[in-house]
Amino acid sequence: MKALEIKQLEKCYGNGFVALKGIDLDVHEGDFFALLGANGAGKSTAIGIVASLVNKTSGSVRVFGHDLDKEPEAVKRCIGLVPQEFNFNQFENVFDIVVSQAGYYGIARGKALERAEICLKQLDIWDKRAEASRMLSGGMKRRLMIARALVHEPKLLILDEPTAGVDIEMRRSMWAFFKKINAAGTTIILTTHYLEEAESLCRHIAIINKGEVIENTDMKGLLEKSVEEVFVLNLENHVEKVPDIPGCTICVVDETIWQVSVRKDTGVHTLFNELNNLNIKVTGIRNEFNRLEQFFLKLVESKKDEIGV
Amino acid sequence: MFRKEYLIALQTIMYKEMRRFLRIWVQTLLPSIITTILYFLIFGTLIGSRIGKMKGYDYIEFIVPGLILMAVISNSYSNVVSSFYSSKFQRNIEAMLVAPMPGWIILLGYLSGGVLRGLIVGVLVTIVALFFTDLHIAHPFMMIVVFLLTGILFSSAGFINAVYAKSFDDISIVPTFVLTPLIYLGGVFYSIETLPPFWQNVSLLNPVLYMIDVFRYSVLGESDIPLQYGFLVIALLVISLLAISLRLLKLGVGIRD
Repeated sequence: MKALEIKQLEKCYGNGFVALKGIDLDVHEGDFFALLGANGAGKSTAIGIVASLVNKTSGSVRVFGHDLDKEPEAVKRCIGLVPQEFNFNQFENVFDIVVSQAGYYGIARGKALERAEICLKQLDIWDKRAEASRMLSGGMKRRLMIARALVHEPKLLILDEPTAGVDIEMRRSMWAFFKKINAAGTTIILTTHYLEEAESLCRHIAIINKGEVIENTDMKGLLEKSVEEVFVLNLENHVEKVPDIPGCTICVVDETIWQVSVRKDTGVHTLFNELNNLNIKVTGIRNEFNRLEQFFLKLVESKKDEIGV
Repeated sequence: MFRKEYLIALQTIMYKEMRRFLRIWVQTLLPSIITTILYFLIFGTLIGSRIGKMKGYDYIEFIVPGLILMAVISNSYSNVVSSFYSSKFQRNIEAMLVAPMPGWIILLGYLSGGVLRGLIVGVLVTIVALFFTDLHIAHPFMMIVVFLLTGILFSSAGFINAVYAKSFDDISIVPTFVLTPLIYLGGVFYSIETLPPFWQNVSLLNPVLYMIDVFRYSVLGESDIPLQYGFLVIALLVISLLAISLRLLKLGVGIRD
């Protein structure tokens, strides 16, 4: 079943700006779907329309088979939204914010209290339940937003840059949490500027550029389209002259660290054969996690060329 | 169709609104009481004793209904305008917009908050009045009806103001430059019979006059305008402002792009 089905969705704002130019998008039940795009590309507008925060100009949206125009309440019941900006009442305490959200979804108070407790414990902010939300750290505020979005047990969770401004440790723990709830059956749509995040978490990906979907595929397929991979090599000794290896671009990071871009048609074995011939010893290697980033930039760049920007 | 879920959502908004104005009671409940005490002291006791009778009543007795209703009007209005605009400003209105409840539940929730604050302040001001004068309420049921209708009317007006407001300045302009003059010129401190005929007719264009007049009738049993006209104007205004509020919510004016 399709968790989300968008057809010919258009949005033209009052000032004439066309944010979405008739996009089509399908997200299947159980998927972990990445929606990428530069700032102003139209991601948040698309999400806003699905979550009933933005009025669409034309097109259709269906969530788990429910049409947004005909059954808006059924659509809303399926969705949990974690918006980009903190939008809870800064003067309310953490527990009240989550309990109130359950109430808006028609969940009786007794049940709402139970669910709020579960969500806050899952997100590890139960200890902060009595504090005013404005007193929380940035990472805790993010987790409060997630707890609030989950309190009515949505089938589709939309995360609009959920880890923006969060430290690395907390980001990793949030990734683990997202993976866990996705494995438990919640469909997730994620927008992010951390492409490493999308690459680590998502199975399918769509890229929006200037209101159009310019790529919509599975993550594996997309990465295979990438023409080169980047490796970081730790060398045993400092090498005076950087060798010229066909199909490889070497960038010196440090005396004994190189970042090497290897074209896929060259292959990593060519790189190592050449280094071996030159008697350059490699003590360590790791794959630089920026394949998606490179592909994303090239794709957006190529679209700019097409339209002559 | 009214579902159980709607009722829970409505209770949640009402509870949230009540918590808000009770949490900041020094800003929301106390000022009207202090102001009213000052009015009673200055206009009632000090100056009022030199004014003499107004429509056959001591001046302090005459101004009591107007002062009570003035508190209801300003508190109902300011509760909704500030609460709804703050929700817009902090964007926590989005938490309601993404939830499966119709716009009229959101409206009803905010209006309930406004009416409740108006009622609480109205009752407190009435209690204060008892320290300054004997109050014999002529028509208690009518008094409650006018209390409620006025609360609904000005809560709706506050809601409409908040929908269109784009800054905190916008939510103080209407109360300062429109509401306050209408209240002061609406017969709180005088009977329109004391005005020259031309200004009597001009006063009839002021909707607040009808509310204060009907309310004064419910308390003292005396009015300047026939009751049926008063209730007709109030009912028409309540219906119009509720309809406008619902329409604005449906279209998402000021809250949905």
